Amino acid sequence: MSLTDPTTYLTSDLQRAREAAAQRASRRSILVAAASTVVVFGALTLLVTSSPGWPAFRRSFLSLTYAVTAFPLVLEGLLLNLRVMIIAALLIIVISTAIALARTTTSAVLFPIRMLATAYTDIFRGLPLLLVILVLGLGVPALELAHAPTSVVFYGGAALVLTYSAYVAEVLRAGIESIHPTQRMAARALGLSTTGTMRFVVLPQAVRRVTPALLNDLVSLQKDSGLISVLGAVDAIKAAQIVTAKSFNFTPYLVAGLLFVALTIPMTRFTDWLAARSARRQSQGGAM
Amino acid sequence: MSTSTVLSLHRVRKSFGSEVVLCDIDLQVPEHTVTVLIGTSGSGKSTLLRCINLLERLDDGQVILDGEDITAIGVNPDHVRRRIGTVFQHFNLFPHLTVLDNITLAPRRVHRVPRRQAEDRAEALLTRFGLAGKAREYPDRLSGGQQQRVAILRAVATGPRLLLLDEVTSALDPVLVAEVLDLVSELRNEGMTMVVATHEMGFARRVADQVGFLRGGLLAELGPPEQVLTDPSTDHLRQFLGSLRAAGRL
Repeated sequence: MSLTDPTTYLTSDLQRAREAAAQRASRRSILVAAASTVVVFGALTLLVTSSPGWPAFRRSFLSLTYAVTAFPLVLEGLLLNLRVMIIAALLIIVISTAIALARTTTSAVLFPIRMLATAYTDIFRGLPLLLVILVLGLGVPALELAHAPTSVVFYGGAALVLTYSAYVAEVLRAGIESIHPTQRMAARALGLSTTGTMRFVVLPQAVRRVTPALLNDLVSLQKDSGLISVLGAVDAIKAAQIVTAKSFNFTPYLVAGLLFVALTIPMTRFTDWLAARSARRQSQGGAM
Repeated sequence: MSTSTVLSLHRVRKSFGSEVVLCDIDLQVPEHTVTVLIGTSGSGKSTLLRCINLLERLDDGQVILDGEDITAIGVNPDHVRRRIGTVFQHFNLFPHLTVLDNITLAPRRVHRVPRRQAEDRAEALLTRFGLAGKAREYPDRLSGGQQQRVAILRAVATGPRLLLLDEVTSALDPVLVAEVLDLVSELRNEGMTMVVATHEMGFARRVADQVGFLRGGLLAELGPPEQVLTDPSTDHLRQFLGSLRAAGRL
């Protein structure tokens, strides 16, 4: 048995007093937090329910009957949102990676490609998504091209892909540029080509570094997939609108809103978890 | 040209802007020998190493590797670097890859060695140099000395003709320096041809076949270690060695 053996180590009186004080302080702050939460939410509830329009609001926004009627229709619409989101996300990954890579090239020969990629990101990050959806969804069919798709979902999805690719490309480019030049140098010193260096050394590190930002964009895409309803595609929002138009009751909107939130919450939690995990990995470094 | 000369430099010149970093450097590195470059920080040691593996473009002169002018028009630098191993002061291991993947990256992706074979060889290297248990670890879980040893093994895993070591112990705790230098000595005993930039004079004396003193872009002195390190012919080198002695580094 040694003095440094943790199993036989006796805590000093001073340390015990410190621990007791810390425990008292934490108990007190929990009580304060609980009390203030009750007060704030109580006040808010009172404010809303005592408002003059509350009975009418309850009838038109919080009707259980209409919620039940709308739920299956809105849920079916939400499946369209999900489908659009997943397909768009896959296309966005491919396109944005290509654009990010094009923007990080330095060769003089590739100047036109670099310029096009820059123009693309500038334009599509500047244009409001709703505008792109409307221009594509209403404008392209108006051209009456021979083999152009007729589905509004197609144009809505295309607008999402175009806009989000510009954003995601910039996130990826930031990731690529954040990788220290010495990593590139080490890879080149091993005889890897520029392509090999990008593929095996730079891009894997860049993607890891920007994963939280990418998932944030994915959550946002999921939400914005609801905008295709302006073209008439029957997604969750449009389904809610249809029920509302027949009944003059707005509860279906609330149902759609809750379903969207229910969909994004797991994703945001996953994003947080990933961010926390990568932070943990970085901090558990060795002696250096 | 003698076949036993691995590397020779002819009037190598390099400047950054108006500052001349290397001025007409001539150097011959015979096979199975160690050339140690000494000099103050900023004397051009690193730049010279980076000119040899073509990470820097020369302003003038020639670099000959195994009789081939690698600075000639049309030479692919990627192909040249396959034959030269390089180790950096700050290790520059790939943090997203395990120790094993760091070592097998070049054999697999550059030299097209099958995965199994590359991994067997890497495992054998790790075992030989006391890093057997570290194959599946990520670099940031290793000590500095272990990281640098992995970086050296990564550089020799492809069986290079020439190994360049750029102040490989300068970023290390004094206690960790020895384990890295032991590895370098071992490689020397196996006949690896090396060019080493270092501030470790004791090590230089032990392993060097020739020592070059760089000052102001010139290779001010070049000769066997006993002569250069004990009986310098220029005042500058005498001063440099004197300041090292005062700092307890000699």
